Amino acid sequence: MSLLLATLDRPAPVLQILLGRDPALWVTLAWDVMLVMGVFLGLVSVIGFIAIWGERKVAGRIQHRHGPNRVGPVGLLQSLADGIKLASKEDLLPGRADAVLFYIAPYLAFAPVFTAFLALPFGPDFVFDRTLSVSLLWVLAILGVEVIGVILAGWSSNNKWSIYGAMREACQLISYEIPLGLSMLVVVLAVGTLDLLKLSEMQSHGLQHWLVFRQPFTAAAALVFFIASLASNKRAPFDLPESDSELVAGYHTEYSGLRFSLFYLAEYNAMFVMSGVMAVLFLGSWADPFGLIAHGYAKAIAGGQRWTPLLWNVAAAGVFTFKCAVLMFIQMWVRWTLPRPRIDQVLHACVKVMVPASLALLLGSAVWELVVAHGSMTERITQTVLAAAGVALVVATLVLIISAFIQGRQNQQRLGGPWPAGGA
Amino acid sequence: MAAALFYIFAAITLVGAIGVVMAKHIVHAAVQLLVALLGMAGLYFLLDAEFLAAAQLVIYVGGTLVLIIFGVMLTSHLGTRLMRVGPGETAIAVLTGLGLLAAIVTAIIHTRFPTPPPSVEPDVTRRLGVSLLGDYLVPFEIASVLMLAVMIGAAYLARRRPKDAA
Amino acid sequence: MTVGLPHYLVLAAMLFAAGIITVLTRRHAIGILMGIELMLNAANLNLVAFNRFSAVGKLDGQVFALFVIVIAAAEAAVALAIFLNFYNNFATVDVDQGNELKG
Repeated sequence: MSLLLATLDRPAPVLQILLGRDPALWVTLAWDVMLVMGVFLGLVSVIGFIAIWGERKVAGRIQHRHGPNRVGPVGLLQSLADGIKLASKEDLLPGRADAVLFYIAPYLAFAPVFTAFLALPFGPDFVFDRTLSVSLLWVLAILGVEVIGVILAGWSSNNKWSIYGAMREACQLISYEIPLGLSMLVVVLAVGTLDLLKLSEMQSHGLQHWLVFRQPFTAAAALVFFIASLASNKRAPFDLPESDSELVAGYHTEYSGLRFSLFYLAEYNAMFVMSGVMAVLFLGSWADPFGLIAHGYAKAIAGGQRWTPLLWNVAAAGVFTFKCAVLMFIQMWVRWTLPRPRIDQVLHACVKVMVPASLALLLGSAVWELVVAHGSMTERITQTVLAAAGVALVVATLVLIISAFIQGRQNQQRLGGPWPAGGA
Repeated sequence: MAAALFYIFAAITLVGAIGVVMAKHIVHAAVQLLVALLGMAGLYFLLDAEFLAAAQLVIYVGGTLVLIIFGVMLTSHLGTRLMRVGPGETAIAVLTGLGLLAAIVTAIIHTRFPTPPPSVEPDVTRRLGVSLLGDYLVPFEIASVLMLAVMIGAAYLARRRPKDAA
Repeated sequence: MTVGLPHYLVLAAMLFAAGIITVLTRRHAIGILMGIELMLNAANLNLVAFNRFSAVGKLDGQVFALFVIVIAAAEAAVALAIFLNFYNNFATVDVDQGNELKG
């Protein structure tokens, strides 16, 4: 029996609570299908609608205007109205576009984001796949597929602006995946698990257990992660793939109607997923700062109660969504505040600042865990000495590289050209 | 259930692989390669290699495939003519491939394989990490040196030359 | 019939054949690279399948597969850098055109 099948056969905890016993296999399967079809699709569209409304409201307030305020109370139904408008529009295909790729690209961009929800822990039991032990890596992996959808959208449109957008997306994403992964690794190194559920449980007993407070390095890694997640979601100031003041709309210039709205749904749900991952990695996941939910849930489970665990789960989902909402608000705030850099500046910031910074954080986190973590005295001393030697080696290499860099720059100034003479 | 899942993932992988062979345009081939890689990730899940499945997605799909498509975009555009060998060579190639396939399949049919162990092995990821930094420490370090060399080499090869600047 | 090692091996053989045919029939350099990726994947599938079915309690096959994935990524990076250079020099990525040293 493989692990994948174990996933399919396992009784869903929520289902167990509802039925009061182990459900039959077909009930579990039906439940899963219902979850995927109903809850996740519903969740995805509701998140999309509310986030788009929120973005326009935030943008309005920052620019000293009201934002949407006509449709529904405080304009809440504006997204729905826009959705209906988009759905009734013609689905255009540019004359010399690559039809097949043009049609599948929006789905390729949207489906992975939707799939990433499978791994997000909304509560102690509110997670689709409990047995996935590499859920953190899974989210990173599946969001990588989204990139391909975006690139193909830009390429298949056969439009110069779209291709520029797609190329920028490709190089930006490839670059920023490194600091993103490394900043995740800082946390993974500290706690030793890739499982989002375990990470959540670990932090559920109060503010002092939240991983952002575990080390100075994890706090810094949170910052790196946030910046890299902005870049991987194509959010301003890293919205170069669609930079609307230069490239019309970048990779989705040629899209209209429902396909266009799929890109929007994908973008806002990717924001939610990334915020969710950040909440799990650094900000205590579904736990409140006082550990009330974890305590109440544990007590309810121990007491053998039937409905109370479910209520605690709902509370946990509320807290989790609130954290995601706050993080998404910060992303919007950043978007409407900062100007957009050029693509070379974006890549410069990644390769020359973020990657070295996240590597240094990884090193620091490792040393911190060695020095502060438990272990016998001799072991600790040996490891510290070894670690110090490692750090010295790395610092020496860095100094070497920097001095070579400075040397090169001096050469360049002396020779007056971009390249030293004869230096092929 | 296991059999059904295997056949589904195998079908996805094969459709992708055949698509790579047949695709008219190189970007279509890249998309078919994506399909094949996703099918492979599913097969890895079936084989209890969760970490490998996720790593396959991160490195191949998120990295290598994006690089490939990026390379295609830099070197061609819509309507580039088909770059295939002539019909005679194609026939030889297909015969070679099918002949190899036949040879391997014959070998597989005539081999007696041990019966599969039924157990699920727990905690694969942790053990994988331990063996990477234990038994396989030297290959691991060599691989990291290789990556460094590749990084420098690729940057050197793709750098801007003086004549391009002029 | 339960799915066992031979099923995976046959599938891997098919993938490998597809990879070989791709490499032999395409003249587009990046297409050839894709064929190579297919072949490497076939080898990986073999490694992981053997690991699952005949090496109880060991993970050597998975470790090998991991190395293959990593080195394939490195290979793709270098290959693409070479192709870009090739494209700069010959204005094509048709490997048959790269015959300047031909006697």
